[in-house]
Amino acid sequence: MSTAIAPPNPFQSVAAEEAPASRTRGYWQTVAYRLRYDYITLGFMLLIFLIVMSALLAPWLATKDPMATSMISRLKPIGFQDFHLGTDELGRDVLSRLIYGGRTSLMMGLMPVLGATLIGGTLGVLAGFIGGRTNMAIMRTMDVFYAFPSILLAVAISGAMGGGIFNGMISLTLVFIPPLCRVAETATTQVRGLDFVEAARASGGSTTSIVANHILGNVLAPIFVFASGLISVSILVASGLSFLGLGVEPPTPDWGLMLSTLRQSIYVNPYVCALPGLMIFITSLSFNMVSDGLRQAMDVRM
Amino acid sequence: MSTTTVPMFKSPPSPAAHISAVPEGDPRDRGGPGQPLLIVNDLKKHFPIRGGLLNRTVGHVRAVDGVSFTVQKNETLGVVGESGCGKSTLARVLMLLIKHDAGEQVFDGEPIGGPRGLTMKQFRQAMQMVFQDSFSSLNPRMPIEDTIAYGPRVHGMEKAEAKALARSLLGKVGLNPELFAQRYPHELSGGQKQRVNIARALALQPRLLILDEAVSALDKSVEAQVLNLLRHLKTHFNLTYVFISHDLDVVRYISDRVLVMYLGEIVEIGPVDQIYDSPRHPYTRALLASQLSFDPDHRVLEAPLTGDPPNPINPPSGCRFRTRCTLAEGVCAERSPRLNRLVEAHEHVAACHIQVVDSGHSLAGKGLPPISVSTASEPLIAA
Repeated sequence: MSTAIAPPNPFQSVAAEEAPASRTRGYWQTVAYRLRYDYITLGFMLLIFLIVMSALLAPWLATKDPMATSMISRLKPIGFQDFHLGTDELGRDVLSRLIYGGRTSLMMGLMPVLGATLIGGTLGVLAGFIGGRTNMAIMRTMDVFYAFPSILLAVAISGAMGGGIFNGMISLTLVFIPPLCRVAETATTQVRGLDFVEAARASGGSTTSIVANHILGNVLAPIFVFASGLISVSILVASGLSFLGLGVEPPTPDWGLMLSTLRQSIYVNPYVCALPGLMIFITSLSFNMVSDGLRQAMDVRM
Repeated sequence: MSTTTVPMFKSPPSPAAHISAVPEGDPRDRGGPGQPLLIVNDLKKHFPIRGGLLNRTVGHVRAVDGVSFTVQKNETLGVVGESGCGKSTLARVLMLLIKHDAGEQVFDGEPIGGPRGLTMKQFRQAMQMVFQDSFSSLNPRMPIEDTIAYGPRVHGMEKAEAKALARSLLGKVGLNPELFAQRYPHELSGGQKQRVNIARALALQPRLLILDEAVSALDKSVEAQVLNLLRHLKTHFNLTYVFISHDLDVVRYISDRVLVMYLGEIVEIGPVDQIYDSPRHPYTRALLASQLSFDPDHRVLEAPLTGDPPNPINPPSGCRFRTRCTLAEGVCAERSPRLNRLVEAHEHVAACHIQVVDSGHSLAGKGLPPISVSTASEPLIAA
């Protein structure tokens, strides 16, 4: 007790000198606040909103029956009579088919990612938090799936189960589980080793309580961002499946399938043939951009 | 569970009642003033090293290797040693965050986690820890108010009450709750974060606080503030500290007794002034001599301790310090001068053959010879 450190009032408020406005915003409010000034992300959000709404309101928006064929008006250019975006190889209205096709394509984009996030995310957080043999068992199983290229795996699974939208979605879900599991596991392993988890254990928190209060909040953002980036991949792979005749079956309108059937007519009517591809491009670009913007807005550390 | 068990939070009239000063005669005290708050007996933690074929255990890192000491009520026990000597492992083993391999702990006369004595939940409440890294020890996605309230919430306190307690504790550690309660850790400075860590540790009204390098990462001025805060909180909340640090000045300032560790073992333990003024172990003496001198006439020209500590996987035979000790003799390699017993509160003992009368060392019983550190009265650069 010899070194003299002059003892001022130990309770002197270190807050006094710096006093920014008291903030009572919660986490999600902070995210929303940041997004308000991110016009690019907001713009792409609007695009996604429009695409989703047009898919939902397809029966009211579509000007013609998407299934009605007409042998006399096949492969007409954009703006032919009242076919605003031309017609396809069977004389069906491309605009109406694009609007209806958004329903299948968006579903094929969103549902597998949602399912894979729930299953893969849970497995990954478990593997990361428990560690040891559980981690080994889960992650090595995922590695087996990783060994195949994702498209090939999706083709193999839906090939084995047969075509159809539902089987297509199941195969896509299975394809997306390993990468999501890996992202969740990596994020959890990083967080698990930090002192605040140790401190929570020292406070007597149970495993469930620690995962719910301290782990999930820190791994949800990376999982969420990765998953939103996967939506565009999912739409593309689903289009690929339809293109190969494995996902959606013919008369049903779907962007991937439309691209596949119109491809033979590319020299006859190139602009119309490119339209489904353009829709896929815009949709996946929008999801990618929004996912990027969300990642920035959700990082409270910045 | 004994009938004298004090309930966690016995429905207080107001949250403020929790953090008011603990009165004379702490109701949580069970063993009486003579009972050490914590007895640690022959604690060991060996980390296995896996490698080779089939992931076999090929060796052990002896991070904590047979450590025995007591912590008296209301004292501050300083723990010093070079980095890698097992200080932080000791802290985590004491907190039961890492399971020990051997040895036992007795908290205020009661065993922990067994059928009798303290339950794990009671132990978690009675003993808390402040971590070294103030950045990673706070959840970046949680407002600090929620971080502090987490412990009480886990122990069954109502949400509103726990938040009120957290805010009141923020005030106690010198952070205005109006401004800080809702902030995230990245919006705080290092010193402020460490204050939050202290508030978090205090939220469960612990009796023993382990401070693992709690002020080491702070600026000198902030360090002084936090040290004074710790001293104040100690009397205010009737706390006992185990203060782990590599900073010898800070340990001298805050400690009542000091424990010196080397390669997972205790080499010297005793009252702070005796350790600092007349160290009995060559290692302690060298450690103290390696502090920078403030006297220009007595510069330390050669570091009294050279090289790194030996590998804790394969420690030297006999005395573990002998490879770096200037006074080492044959006997030091043959027999280990370990402290195998619990030391009384006011004893000053060192694990060295020189301190044992018939140990076979040529200096046995005579005490350490005068210090042989070369100092210079000449200025370093000739004029």
